[in-house]
Amino acid sequence: MTPKKKRRLIVLALVLLSFGTATALVLTAFQDHLVFFYSPSDLQEHPPGIRGIRVGGLVEAGSVQRQPDGTTVRFTITDLKTKVTVSYTGLLPDLFREGQGVVAEGQLRPDGLFEAHEVLAKHDEKYMPPTVADALKRAGQHVTSTLVQ
Amino acid sequence: MFPELGHYALVLALVVALVQAGLPLAGAQRGESAWMAVAGPAALAQFGLIGFAFATLIQAAIVSDFSVLNVVQNSHSTKPLLYKIAGVWGNHEGSMVLWVTILAGFGAAVAVFGRSLPLPLKARVLAVQAMIGVGFLLFILATSDPFARVDPPPLDGDDLNPLLQDPGLALHPPFLYLGYVGFSMAFSFAIAALIEGRVDPAWARWVRPWTLAAWTCLTLGVALGSWWAYYTLGWGGWWFWDPVENASLMPWLAGTALLHSAIVVEKRDALKSWTLLLAILTFSLSLIGTFLVRSGVLSSVHAFAVDPARGVFILGLLTVTIGGSLLLYGLRAPALKAGGLFAPISREGALVLNNLLLATATATVLMGTLYPLFLDVLGAGKVSVGAPFFNATFVPLMIPLVTAMVVGPFLSWKRADWAGVLGRLAVVGALATLAVLVACWQSGGGPVMALVGVALAAWAFFGAWLEWAERIALFRAPLRVSLRRAAGLPAAAWGMTLAHAGLGLAIAGMTGSSFWVSERIQVIHPGDTVEIADYHLSFQGVEPVVGPNYDAQRATFVVTQDGRKVGLLAPERRHYTVTGMPLSHAAIRTTGTADLYLALGDEDGTGGWTLRLYHHPLVPWLWLGCGVMVFGGLVSLGDRRLRIGAPSKRRRRPTVPLVPALASSDDSR
Repeated sequence: MTPKKKRRLIVLALVLLSFGTATALVLTAFQDHLVFFYSPSDLQEHPPGIRGIRVGGLVEAGSVQRQPDGTTVRFTITDLKTKVTVSYTGLLPDLFREGQGVVAEGQLRPDGLFEAHEVLAKHDEKYMPPTVADALKRAGQHVTSTLVQ
Repeated sequence: MFPELGHYALVLALVVALVQAGLPLAGAQRGESAWMAVAGPAALAQFGLIGFAFATLIQAAIVSDFSVLNVVQNSHSTKPLLYKIAGVWGNHEGSMVLWVTILAGFGAAVAVFGRSLPLPLKARVLAVQAMIGVGFLLFILATSDPFARVDPPPLDGDDLNPLLQDPGLALHPPFLYLGYVGFSMAFSFAIAALIEGRVDPAWARWVRPWTLAAWTCLTLGVALGSWWAYYTLGWGGWWFWDPVENASLMPWLAGTALLHSAIVVEKRDALKSWTLLLAILTFSLSLIGTFLVRSGVLSSVHAFAVDPARGVFILGLLTVTIGGSLLLYGLRAPALKAGGLFAPISREGALVLNNLLLATATATVLMGTLYPLFLDVLGAGKVSVGAPFFNATFVPLMIPLVTAMVVGPFLSWKRADWAGVLGRLAVVGALATLAVLVACWQSGGGPVMALVGVALAAWAFFGAWLEWAERIALFRAPLRVSLRRAAGLPAAAWGMTLAHAGLGLAIAGMTGSSFWVSERIQVIHPGDTVEIADYHLSFQGVEPVVGPNYDAQRATFVVTQDGRKVGLLAPERRHYTVTGMPLSHAAIRTTGTADLYLALGDEDGTGGWTLRLYHHPLVPWLWLGCGVMVFGGLVSLGDRRLRIGAPSKRRRRPTVPLVPALASSDDSR
């Protein structure tokens, strides 16, 4: 084998090794860490089990309740058809408000309470998370554009 | 009137760019020097026109001209001047104008500093640069007019999103764009080289300073963005694996690989076609980043209000640019002659490994970023890919990369003595072990990954300095000799040492703040005390504060350590009067080895306040490390060999032209 061929072979082996490892890592990570998005209706129709998921919709007006410990908050997310109650401990995002779009990430407990470890609100007045707009649309609500006030 | 002039200047710039894209290219093919000579002045004119348009936009924002829609939507008369100016690029239209201004600026820089470039190469580079300009100018004029008027003009504007009213906005986007767009230079040089059909060490010497400048700016831009998120978003995180952050990380990774592979082209005349491919891919990733941010296909803190027409336009632009350049690459690259040979264990081998790992890491980040889009397009459901995915894929690839990063500079070109190098590195291994022991003792154990992080950080940091110490024969020669050697060390060598050591510091910061962070969330009343790490914070109370365009509640905390008062923390809860948006302004106290981070939440109605308190060990080292990397890039830019325009005086290897038809252009030299 010429030195050149040998070098090529070694580089090729390294490329295969590196990309093979990366592919294996990516595939296993997809298996374990992919977070699916559910609307409250989806949650009712196909319960996700203990997997970590995201739930998105509107925060129901009047549903936000601070728990006695002071740092836990419960609120209801709705797609205007079905609801789910969410419990979250921590500081809510600055733009979290009743009646507006929100995405919560966490797990659905067997008793139907969604325990969130992260709550994402929209980040400016004009913008609604596309996933939330889509969830509302699928629930049959008319959303004219992504500009929802 | 100024906005109309600005708009007109953009249209003129488009026309100039069209000329610059066509005439010099044709001239280079046909060997017409007069046609090629158009490129330089055209690039300057294009920059002047776009710069003027950008200036009119800034002027409209400064004087609060509310007949301009863009100013109405993003400004307010009470907004501080700094944010009036920075707010120009705090929205879609303005940020695109900044993008093309920088693009044209790089073109103008080639025209000014590239005097010693061979005329055909310069003409082709500027023509390719102008083609990119045409695409983006068309995009602005067709879908994102920043100068649109409103009639009748409102009395005042809607104000800028409070999250953006921060000095970070003045710095983060311009540096990020300098980086993104800076890679267009490497791209243009690569396309020009493919058209000419040759790549030689001189070519690499022209490309390297541009790539280095872009890399330095991008490093600074990404670090500034991360720092901004850290102090502004209120939970002390500095990286969220948000799609848009990934969009800036991918060109950084590919650009880092390009920086290293260009060294091999320059020094050893090898890896040529791979380097061209990397140059194309790096800029393509910058474009994909722009697409992800600007089209609104992903939900992210960076996405502005969405207009589907823009997404389609950028997607088209992306397809033409990336598809076209890869097609050209596929047609021309196989004919490039391969260069110098090397053994697997050699400096070249280490740089190949660096490129391989960086490319693989880029690919995993790309997969993680685009996979939700694919699934969505296929209708297979909506998913999000978050930090756990990237921790499981990206981090394992960084471990061998950083390990090899230290070994590489010790290896000699062509063929290296493996055992000898390992022997010299024993001292670095010992120092890394010591660092792990110290970390264990300080933290009382800690997760395995944290110790791996500490070991890597120490390995990278001390490894970089050991290589430097060996170069100047520290402790082997008399100190005087070593100092003289250090002073005579090429700037590029200093740059490498600093950049590698900086990465070590940054890894230490990432590790410390990820694994040893302590967090408290609780409700607190005035007079109460809260403890974290070995600090006591006593809550004094809340007072109202009035800002220029907001009202705020400011809480005061006295921080004591071992019974001694060490400082005050005063987080604020702001309410922006125009937008009606609340914003929590965190208070941070740093000791240089750890940050105390306090964010104020809502009042609970009974006089109690929710607060979030963090103790982030080592996080200041993350910013310090990024700063050292940027400094390393700047120092390296000062290297005489890389000074723009200087390389041509060096020997240029005679190269055999690839295709006879293309050789005619060389006659004009």
